[in-house]
Amino acid sequence: MDFALNDEHRMVQQMVRDFAQKEVAPTIKEYDRAHDMAPFVLPRMGELGILGINIPVRYGGQGMDYISLGLACEELEAVDSTLRVVMSVHMGLNSMGLLQWGTEEQKQRFLVPQARGDRVACYGLTEPGAGSDVAGMNSTARRDGDEYVINGEKMWISLATKAHHCMWIARTNPDVDPHEGLSAFQVELDRPGVTRGDIKGKMGVRAGSTGWIAMQDVRIPVENRIGKEGEGFRIAMSCLDNGRYTVAAGATGLIRASLEASVRYANERQAFGRVIGKLQLIQAKIADMVESYDAARLLYLRAGWMKNQGLRNTRETSIAKWFATDGSFEAASEAVQVHGAYGYSDEYDVERYLRNSKGAVIYEGTNEIHRLIQAGYALGYRKDTPLRKELPAYDPEFWQE
Amino acid sequence: MNIVVCIKQVPDSAATVVAEGGQASWGDAPLVMNPWDEYAVETALLQYEAYGGDVTVISVGAEGATEAIKSALAMGCTQAYLVSDPELAAADSRVIAHVLAAAIKKVGDVDLALFGKQAIDSDMGVTAPQTARILGWPVLSLVSVVQELNPDDGTIKVERSIEEGRQVVESKLPAVVTVSKDIADPRYPSFMGIRKAARADIPVWTLADLEVDVPDPLVRWPEVVNPPVREITNEIISGASPDEIAESLADKIIGEKVL
Repeated sequence: MDFALNDEHRMVQQMVRDFAQKEVAPTIKEYDRAHDMAPFVLPRMGELGILGINIPVRYGGQGMDYISLGLACEELEAVDSTLRVVMSVHMGLNSMGLLQWGTEEQKQRFLVPQARGDRVACYGLTEPGAGSDVAGMNSTARRDGDEYVINGEKMWISLATKAHHCMWIARTNPDVDPHEGLSAFQVELDRPGVTRGDIKGKMGVRAGSTGWIAMQDVRIPVENRIGKEGEGFRIAMSCLDNGRYTVAAGATGLIRASLEASVRYANERQAFGRVIGKLQLIQAKIADMVESYDAARLLYLRAGWMKNQGLRNTRETSIAKWFATDGSFEAASEAVQVHGAYGYSDEYDVERYLRNSKGAVIYEGTNEIHRLIQAGYALGYRKDTPLRKELPAYDPEFWQE
Repeated sequence: MNIVVCIKQVPDSAATVVAEGGQASWGDAPLVMNPWDEYAVETALLQYEAYGGDVTVISVGAEGATEAIKSALAMGCTQAYLVSDPELAAADSRVIAHVLAAAIKKVGDVDLALFGKQAIDSDMGVTAPQTARILGWPVLSLVSVVQELNPDDGTIKVERSIEEGRQVVESKLPAVVTVSKDIADPRYPSFMGIRKAARADIPVWTLADLEVDVPDPLVRWPEVVNPPVREITNEIISGASPDEIAESLADKIIGEKVL
């Protein structure tokens, strides 16, 4: 068993860290306060290849492996969750879905510009009245000759107002079990009938775009359907296996950021005649963060390794997401506590970490859902059945050819 | 255009460096490319993109200390050599300069040898001029702009940033150039560059390979000590009015010779 990162991984980690720390960290507080996404973030991430990091070169990407994606997400969220959210929706939920389920023609048409960063992608699953209950969605897609006509509304969509493409899950057959009646579509968001907007007043990820997208009689060609008709639920769930992986890796970065901020402050702040790091109750908080970081990192790297090997990782990704996001919320909360009153103001980063950490406990499967998933596997109520198309294993030759 | 960039592997600038047992220690912090050398690499790559040729990285270090070299390759340098020899364990800058000069000669037909203006660990900034002297080449230090580079005529015209202002200097090639951070922002490694660098086999040259007899070091660092801990005391100045407090504070500042 080899726990070491290779040179490629270390350099990817350093490169993404340098970008996030040098270019985003200096101004992130301003954009967070203004509830605004820094305009340079998406173009710069595209220019540097981060938006296509683990997509094969033949599809416009950079040809790195799935572990590199995780390491990049850890570094991005160590600066701000909004950066990792970009990767979750653009890469994990959409581009990797296309890599897994798309036809060659769809990969050329959608994946290539996305991996190059020329087009940004998002993912439309959650609705105003359907979150965890995916099968209860109201969005519909009606077949009309060589087209589908889409109606419905999606809510809490990251990059809703920034994206060019959206993978949209809608009901195509109301007469069958909902799990068999959904289909997936890649929709260009400049089509007539699409309206969208940002949601204001969020607790966290304020320097990112989160919004809603509505479709009224939006017509798309049949060629935009991803997978077969009725395969939408399985496609949506497999996309979540990839999105959750990025969330887990990112949350691990947030634990690290909380830990590093706490260690720095605990070694500077004086109380009772010594630095507070010498106080055992502060040490306990630091130790908990260390424990949480190490375990979260191992869990997401295991999931990344399984993706590289082409092994089904629904359970392992779920537990990585659950553990890391709970851990990041606790670490950020304790980091605020270590900072005392200063932690309660935005003079320090830790209050932003706390606000940002809460979202990930809710999205991409609430952590209550992940508990149920894990219990289901343990009790034998839940088993993974093979998919018609699995996420391809990382093959350096194919990826870099 | 045949360019050599000399880089040094140093402790990460984020590392806490302390004196332990009379020597500098940075714990298990990673070693990285000297940040000033990143500007030299960027300068080399810009000239390479303009005129073609080769950009060769040379670093002197322990066997296996290739992290910094691989970073330079990932940024786009075309080849690299590590000079490693047990005899160099206690080398001073003059010894390193002899080694670098020999390595530059071994690369052969070099037009330009680039250095960062100094290294962040020793902070002396003398290796480049010492190397130039051994090579017998002109040295253009603290360069902030390469105004003209003419490979056909074998000339270079640069702007130097010095305390008094800017100075334009022309020189014949080959030359040794040290660059300041005004010259250009270093690029990040590309993912393609990272893949290439990760797989690169870095040739190692020993002193025997370079056919160089290095002199004994003249400078030693017999002891490194931490700066003395400053005693800090706090005093709350009180008074009946803001004016009185300000006056009292001003007296204190003047009394302590802060101003």
